[in-house]
Amino acid sequence: MSDSGRDTVERLLAEREVLLVCGPGGVGKTTTAASLAVRAASTGRRVLAITVDPARRLADALGLDGDGRVDLPGGGTLESIMVDTRDGWDDLVWRLSPDEASAEALIADPLYRNLTDRFARSHDYLALEAVYERHLSGDYDLIVVDTPPARHALDVIDAPDRMREFFASRLARLLTSPGRSRLAALASRGFDLVADVILGARFLRDITTFFDLFIALEPEFVRRAGGVERLLRSDRTAFIAVTTPEPNPMRETREFATELVARRHTLDLVVANRAPMPVAVDELIDGLDKLDAQRRESIRVVADRLARSADTRRTRLTGLALDTPVLEVPESSIEPVTVDALAELSGTWR
Amino acid sequence: MARRRLLIVTGKGGVGKTSVTAAIAIAAARGGAKVLACEMDGSGRLAASLGSPPVGFEPSTIALDDTIAVDAMSMDTERALREYVRLFVKIPFADRVGSLARIFDYVADAAPGVREILAIGKVCHEVRRDNYDLVVVDAESTGHVVSQIDAPRAMSEFVHSGVIAEQTGWMSEILEDAERTGVVVVTVAEGLPVSETGELIDTITGRTGVSVASVIVNRVPEAGLDRDSVKALTSARDRGVPSAAAVLAAAERADRASGVLGDLLGVAGDGVAGAVLPEIDFADDEAMIAAGLAEQVEALVAHLTNDAGGADE
Repeated sequence: MSDSGRDTVERLLAEREVLLVCGPGGVGKTTTAASLAVRAASTGRRVLAITVDPARRLADALGLDGDGRVDLPGGGTLESIMVDTRDGWDDLVWRLSPDEASAEALIADPLYRNLTDRFARSHDYLALEAVYERHLSGDYDLIVVDTPPARHALDVIDAPDRMREFFASRLARLLTSPGRSRLAALASRGFDLVADVILGARFLRDITTFFDLFIALEPEFVRRAGGVERLLRSDRTAFIAVTTPEPNPMRETREFATELVARRHTLDLVVANRAPMPVAVDELIDGLDKLDAQRRESIRVVADRLARSADTRRTRLTGLALDTPVLEVPESSIEPVTVDALAELSGTWR
Repeated sequence: MARRRLLIVTGKGGVGKTSVTAAIAIAAARGGAKVLACEMDGSGRLAASLGSPPVGFEPSTIALDDTIAVDAMSMDTERALREYVRLFVKIPFADRVGSLARIFDYVADAAPGVREILAIGKVCHEVRRDNYDLVVVDAESTGHVVSQIDAPRAMSEFVHSGVIAEQTGWMSEILEDAERTGVVVVTVAEGLPVSETGELIDTITGRTGVSVASVIVNRVPEAGLDRDSVKALTSARDRGVPSAAAVLAAAERADRASGVLGDLLGVAGDGVAGAVLPEIDFADDEAMIAAGLAEQVEALVAHLTNDAGGADE
């Protein structure tokens, strides 16, 4: 079995430089990313785990406080960071601005704070920036990225293109064309109609000022977005989809795989958490000692139910039918919240 | 006693929020209410849970059986914008702006809160229009739901003219009326989801004007076992008897659920209704799960939506 999930994951952990761990919410994506990171570090690689989803805490899952770092036996190291939208933007503005004055002006702009806090999906791009920056630094052999839930995971992948498209857009040109008459010139255009009607003219003026400052970042933004895009498309990067054998996650994983292919990427591995384990009902009941018939019966009822549930999940998992190797991770009764527990988790991979 | 007209269902991703939303809609319809179920993420999952192909922005009627039906819609902020402009702005340009979608994308990306307020505004509009006894919303998950339900208030501080500024008042009035509107928070009885759910309840009650009406612990295995059974299973597990660990784990999860619910209700405060719902593990698809859960939420839904309910409060 040359393409079993187990072999594939070991190969990816040994050979790739970036792992993008994707999947819908609630399937154990963060724990999976953490256990992959721990496993790679335990084989001697210098690993960085990055979490993009602001609602998740990879550092918690790794049992690390903040930006902690652990050294593992065998020379490997493990660090984790969380991409923070606000600091991430400030950092990026400082790095990309043509000069100090324009960086300061942009960061001082009242709209900047509001926009960067809530700029739709902006943390997707920031996350990739963080990956790109760390990858360039050469400080790490492997970067494991815990991405936001599936629909948004595609947003992460599309982020460089969207950022370039934004700077190249007619809107950006209109908002930043020189001269005070541009608001008048805009009056007949759709953006102005929509923006003014729903937001009011004052907001439009504020936003115009902001874009004047923001556009100074363009050359560096566009150059780096190209670099990020090339990294994602190279064979240094692997895409891993995490799922569970439940109707919605299964469907979403199939859709995600299709969308990835449509974007000319390859799905390298599926990780199926809560993989069904066969339930041996009779052996269990025979193995109980000193228990009355009534209690044996109630245990049998529970075990039967679990056995049926395992069958249902097995059928669903078999029905996934993708051309991608599947790594099965059986449900664990405890949540792994330490590096040791995560290392043990990789022992259950099948 | 409250007679809620708007229930906003939220929770961490993967806890079964969509199934619970569908179950509430089905239970309310069975109780005789005219129901609109609304999905916010456009994924088609709520419609699937109601046994229907994806629905559009205009509500479609989904027949649950020969006598019971639920209306369902999928949020589309661009369509909501068109509807707003048509209803509230007396300039007939909306239908003539060809590439409204593209322009709208830029406006919405640039101006925080626009998508949120159009979405929640459409929901409030349906409540105000009074076509339905109950509007139940499969809202965004933890992290995004707060900016959605709080959008009218945030927007009124941020934008001072234009249609949206004029419209925020009546929206806040509906959302902040605990008699009419309530958030239903769904979780599962596991560590990370529970701590995030506690924080979510705190944020909703502390930072928004919207009230939490109910906390639901979902996907609890039906594996209640007494102390002697657990002891026998533990001994069997330690002797390496196959599957003893799996049954024990299920029993522990079942046991944990009521404690979790009690803790979360403590965070939520007085007058919040709690429920523990079983894991529907036999189901082949989402519609079967929702139908199974609907039976389990009947009493809760009656309590949340009827004047007469909640006599025990």
